[in-house]
Amino acid sequence: MNEQVEVQSSSLSDRFPEIVLPDTRTGYSGFLVKPENLIAVVRTLREEMGYDYLSSVTGVDYLPENKMEVVYHFYRTTGGGALVLKTQVERENPVVPSLTPLFPGAEFQEREAWDLLGIRFADHPDLRRILTWEGFHGHPLRKDWKEPFFEEEAKPFKSRWPEGHVYRAEDKNPFHDNVQFPAGFDPELWSPETDELLYAGLKRVDKTGDFLTEQVVVNLGPQHPSTHGVFRMVVVLDGETVVDLKPIMGYLHRNHEKIGERNTFLQNMPFTDRLDYVCSMSNNFGYALAVEKLMGIHPPERAEYIRVMMAELTRYLNHIFSIGFLLNDLGAFFTPMLYALEERELILDVFEAVSGSRMMCNYFRFGGVARDIPDEVMQKIRKLVLDRLPRKLDEMDYFITHNEIVRGRCEGVGVLTAERAIALSASGPVLRASGVPYDVRRADPYSIYERFEFNIPVRYNGDIYDRYLLRLDEMRQSLRILQQVLRDIPEGPIMSGKPQYQVRVPAGEAYGRVEGPKGELGFYVVSNGKPNPWRYHVRAPTFINLTSLAEMCRGQKIADVVTVLGSIDIVLGEVDR
Amino acid sequence: MGDENLNSAGYEIPPEMQSQVAITTLDKIYNWSRKNSLWPMMFGLACCAIEMIGTAASRFDFSRFGMEVMRPSPRQADLMIVSGTVTKKMIPQIVRLYNQMPEPRYVIAMGACASGGGPFKEGYTVVAGVDKFIPVDVYIPGCPPTPQALLHGFITLMKKIEKQSLRSVPWYQKTPGEPIPIPILGPDLMDPRKFDQIKQVCGKLAEQGNEPAEGEAAHE
Ligand code: SF4
Repeated sequence: MNEQVEVQSSSLSDRFPEIVLPDTRTGYSGFLVKPENLIAVVRTLREEMGYDYLSSVTGVDYLPENKMEVVYHFYRTTGGGALVLKTQVERENPVVPSLTPLFPGAEFQEREAWDLLGIRFADHPDLRRILTWEGFHGHPLRKDWKEPFFEEEAKPFKSRWPEGHVYRAEDKNPFHDNVQFPAGFDPELWSPETDELLYAGLKRVDKTGDFLTEQVVVNLGPQHPSTHGVFRMVVVLDGETVVDLKPIMGYLHRNHEKIGERNTFLQNMPFTDRLDYVCSMSNNFGYALAVEKLMGIHPPERAEYIRVMMAELTRYLNHIFSIGFLLNDLGAFFTPMLYALEERELILDVFEAVSGSRMMCNYFRFGGVARDIPDEVMQKIRKLVLDRLPRKLDEMDYFITHNEIVRGRCEGVGVLTAERAIALSASGPVLRASGVPYDVRRADPYSIYERFEFNIPVRYNGDIYDRYLLRLDEMRQSLRILQQVLRDIPEGPIMSGKPQYQVRVPAGEAYGRVEGPKGELGFYVVSNGKPNPWRYHVRAPTFINLTSLAEMCRGQKIADVVTVLGSIDIVLGEVDR
Repeated sequence: MGDENLNSAGYEIPPEMQSQVAITTLDKIYNWSRKNSLWPMMFGLACCAIEMIGTAASRFDFSRFGMEVMRPSPRQADLMIVSGTVTKKMIPQIVRLYNQMPEPRYVIAMGACASGGGPFKEGYTVVAGVDKFIPVDVYIPGCPPTPQALLHGFITLMKKIEKQSLRSVPWYQKTPGEPIPIPILGPDLMDPRKFDQIKQVCGKLAEQGNEPAEGEAAHE
């Protein structure tokens, strides 16, 4: 890794002496570049150095230095480590050029940075708020912005610990509720933002034909049985054909990052469970990796094996669940889902036995896992992995794969080409079903994945059907890994060092990423040596995968929008955070 | 299913007819039929919704309680299970859905979030409990509540329904209930019922000439 960084640095600084400077702060890596040179440098990165994949864009508010920093993580789709680029601007009215012309996948992430941090991206095609609403007061992730129930900068709050005097947050707020308004504000004079503007911008009148046809704007969601939660799409229709589509999110924005920056490092672990609430174990994994990178520790052997085991069980669980949902969206209401949920229950039993909770496992710790796996549970896992799960997988395959209706509705629908998938920063099954063999487990191996034999399945048509088939393939590979884990898992400790409530995290930054079931899940953590992270950002795979939704849906029928969405496999807890 | 519950005491039914005939009161039969055919609205908000789906599936199977008909439309539902975190952006829609449900209607707050904000209470866009806006009949603790807990919540609600009387239920009163005013998204969430209070507090803040409530952003 260090070697690589040097190679990068020499070539980057060769190309841009004085413009690209290595980031020399202790614990930091990557390069600093001035905003005015950003576009030129990124173009070179993409076109000459092969960094064709923009994984994460986020901002950090360095209040003490009065700087706003935008952090970019680039990768090569052929594999390898990250190239981290940073650009700093003043905190007051920060403006950074938008990367959307080069990497359209930056669209949502830049909107998020504008919404939460108030960083303006020049030339962004649609710089509106994304997680909060237009008109919301302030930019919440700025360090000097305080929420209505603000108590203290960092946990544990003195009122609660060690003495433990609890009060209701409502009692301290002048409105006795979780709200705050600017001084002198008069609610009667407020004219709320309506959707008229959004609709007006979308609607076009087609005058080309003999008839004057008008396009219709249809709203799907946020309460809609097929949007997998509280997701909303505004669809422009010409007859039944989708002309354009705008996803609208934020209906489940739970302020994960703001709360995360008040929490101590360990306190964030249970919150990660609630990101992608179908796969809590994978979320734990990503966060643990990021913080362990900062702390410079490694879990013992047995813990590594347990981690991989849990991650792969989660992948199986997630994929079978998402296939069930996809069939739901196709109209096979609930019956396939019942088959999927049956297997899910069995895996959840395992999770409950090891962690104490079915869904919100909170099982990983920095430097290990929380509890060892008892023998009986191991037996159970063995039975599942060696016998039941492969059988059930074949059963699903048998019933669904060659079904006439499934093929008719899925083949050739919702196509995403390989180039577009990369450009739009898609990841996970969406990317691999479009023919890009990119899987973090192989491309940038973490934990002990190098030891296992498994393939990275790829499919090439990029349609719904391929995404479905790819999930089946991946489940087979997961089972293969699981079999090897069960064969090789050693006895031994499950934690390095003593379990602690308060971990010491040296100052610096780290980006931990794992191949979650839904795509590349990354955690960007900045520590300043205090017990709480200074910045805690989640690169949520499904949030970014949604960038390609409009592209997949254009030209399709309205009924297919629902299936396309199902094939991306979103979870709103992660999209909105 | 309890014929015993259905039968009113004091009427002797000949033994040969006991499983075919019941003598009961209007209230009892009305409540008995309602409580055994609750139709929940198909409406999931967050993580808790996944457990709700789990409860609907084969292992826990809430169709045993006559409620497998999940309705996507509020017009056809009589039970709203608020399963997850209620955010400020979503609450106008939830209130609207609630207003669209015909009476009799019930609300279950499933999980810590819906009951009181849960782990995300301190967040800036989280409504600390759906009961700030709509009346809740049953609260279920847990994060997420296990399917067993949810089933227990259903049974509790059934018990509540059992105790209602035609004479006093609000939906047969002379004056129909008012719909709940829909909250508005302003600089923050505004409850139309609290406009006066907001105006008052904000006015006071302006008079004091200092920063607004509890440290506000200095920007914009
Ligand atoms: S109570 Fe817990 S599980 Fe339920 S929505 Fe809230 S965070 Fe999710």
